[in-house]
Amino acid sequence: MSTEFVRVDGRLPDQLRPIKMVVGVLDRADGSAYVEQGNTKVLVAVYGPRELHPKHQASPDSAIVRCRYHMAPFSTKERKTPAPSRREIELSKVIKDAMSQAIFLENFPRTSIDVFIEVLEADGGTRCASINACSLALANAGIPLRDLVSSVAVGKYKGHIILDLNDEEDEAAEADMPVAIMPSLNKVTLLQVNGVLTEEEFKQAFNLAIKGCMEINRIQRETLRSVYSSIKGEED
Amino acid sequence: MSERKIVLPGELLVEGGEYQPGSNVFKYGERLYASKIGILSIVKQTVSVIALHGVYEPKVGDTVIGKIVDVGAFSWTVDIRSPYTAVLNASDYFKGRFNPAKDSLIKALKPGDMIVAQIVDFDRTKNPVLTVQGPGLGGVTKGIIVELSPSKIPRLIGKKGSMINLLKKEGKCQITIGKNGLIHIVGEKPEYEELVAQAIKKIEREAHTTGLTDRIMKFMKKGRELSVN
Repeated sequence: MSTEFVRVDGRLPDQLRPIKMVVGVLDRADGSAYVEQGNTKVLVAVYGPRELHPKHQASPDSAIVRCRYHMAPFSTKERKTPAPSRREIELSKVIKDAMSQAIFLENFPRTSIDVFIEVLEADGGTRCASINACSLALANAGIPLRDLVSSVAVGKYKGHIILDLNDEEDEAAEADMPVAIMPSLNKVTLLQVNGVLTEEEFKQAFNLAIKGCMEINRIQRETLRSVYSSIKGEED
Repeated sequence: MSERKIVLPGELLVEGGEYQPGSNVFKYGERLYASKIGILSIVKQTVSVIALHGVYEPKVGDTVIGKIVDVGAFSWTVDIRSPYTAVLNASDYFKGRFNPAKDSLIKALKPGDMIVAQIVDFDRTKNPVLTVQGPGLGGVTKGIIVELSPSKIPRLIGKKGSMINLLKKEGKCQITIGKNGLIHIVGEKPEYEELVAQAIKKIEREAHTTGLTDRIMKFMKKGRELSVN
């Protein structure tokens, strides 16, 4: 890997964008989180487990996850129609599958866990930021999880394997590959590839993604923990 | 009190076969991990996590406080603030002498009424069934009801009931804890009820901190002095 390669926004190939995470931002929701990765901004609300309507959708031996990924009309340069697009429906499904792996669904038969993802600003890597925010919101809702799922995209840009692509890099990339993992259990819950990577490049990219996910996981844990260290008992 | 360690989902708690997973803990190979945000507790060989967030999960034998949401021909539907709505059968309320021609369900309990009840039956395949036959159970006619996150009920009770007994004594109130996160308070005066309600809110905010019982003691004494003057 050539470390001299500097990217469009001045980052090194293996450098994440600046990350900001907050949990419990919404009062009405059972759990919520707000995540910024560079200019990508995502808000997630989680409700449940709760009684499922319509009842025919319920699974008799587990909870079901209903996930809605949605991009705000103002999230992109050109106005995006608020109606769900083919891409948004696909991403809802992909994120649902990545998160379902981590949730103890069998603990809550006949119920639903509803996840609402609102992309406020899109600058590449929205599905990864959404997954990171979902983990935080689910943990915040007190839903039993096997692990906090962490996710980041890697890609090949001008022949270099790079971490956490922004929109400009994503558009010009030869390949991009979002990865989500459960770090403490050593499991992959999402792996998609767009474009062409050689076997060697794939291995290099995958290892870089794992490294990025580990770093994101550390920030997620710090964020959740900070909620409790900041509220000390009021002396009176 | 010892240091309270906050653990997060997926956090490795202990390694080795001699430990048993308790509540909110799962086993993966030989290792035990937390599944919720909470406070780590290891009693003998059982490792558990006292959750700080989460919905109420019904258990047989729990006392709960519910709200009537619907009246049927032979039963009431009761919201117990859990993923599952509960059922109160008319045969239970009328002590088995229910006569649909004479007895009126809607006159007995109408939508919006609160009840203190016990869960007699619940499993994965059916919704919880309630009973109101028992000491302290039945419709709520006086006092106030306050909300508390169900996961913070253990903190409200305290070690061997230290916290709840303190509130009852200092607040001069009768307190019924619904395990589903609703608390029924009946006091001699509305001011006493209000004071206990405020103390419960304080417990909710500071549930994970140490020395809380002492602070609540101070809070109650101060509140009592203010209400006397």
